[in-house]
Amino acid sequence: MSQSFNRGTVEDFGRWREFSAGMWAWIFHKFTGWVLVGYLFTHIAVLSTSLGGDELYTSTLQGLEALLVVRFLEVGLLAVAVFHILNGVRLLMVDLGVGLEAQDKSFYASMVLTGAITVASIPTFLGGPLA
Amino acid sequence: MAQHYSSFERGGRRWLLQRLTAVFLIGVLAFHFLLLHFANHAANITFAGTQARMSQVGYFATMWLFLVTATFHGVNGVYNALVNQGIEGTQKNAVKWVLVVAGLLLIAQGTRVALAMNGFL
Repeated sequence: MSQSFNRGTVEDFGRWREFSAGMWAWIFHKFTGWVLVGYLFTHIAVLSTSLGGDELYTSTLQGLEALLVVRFLEVGLLAVAVFHILNGVRLLMVDLGVGLEAQDKSFYASMVLTGAITVASIPTFLGGPLA
Repeated sequence: MAQHYSSFERGGRRWLLQRLTAVFLIGVLAFHFLLLHFANHAANITFAGTQARMSQVGYFATMWLFLVTATFHGVNGVYNALVNQGIEGTQKNAVKWVLVVAGLLLIAQGTRVALAMNGFL
């Protein structure tokens, strides 16, 4: 609950072995948030090639997709986005006071589901034409 | 029971807007990923295909709202994370205005991109 809020232990990373599920959820949500906001700026920068005409846009996107490393980065992006979404739903539930007793379990469920969705997405991301 | 941690002051306006944009983004981000990676493979994206999608008013409006809400959610999240780390005074004010300007520039550039994609520019 909010009255037992104590960030000091979360930010003392030297004590990571003692972190509870809620602390890990807080750290992972923050990390995935930083990645996603960084990606948002990069994404708009890449899509800005549309201002340079049809050919530039198509060749830039297809050129990036032709690189295997980009496909792996996309799998990573999906993992980050899925965790942020699932843990975000968990946070909304916690804020609404729903399932407070199970917030540790819902964090573990978010992790397992993120892993499963990420693994299941690999064939799709690695499929399609490569260079 | 595990403790509840948040980077937000509960009940504030920034907290509420972060939650409201989150609800919208959960659906739209999932839709965006499914449409452009699973229904259509990203390797097959062409300007013509993008233009066909962006020419639909509903899709264009959804994508533009996606841009605005994602920018707000991201920039507001960064600001709150930094306030949560303890920045104060001039530092806090400088961070605030850098993020406001960066967010507005991103929305302006994203809007130009959206208009180029639907053939308006």
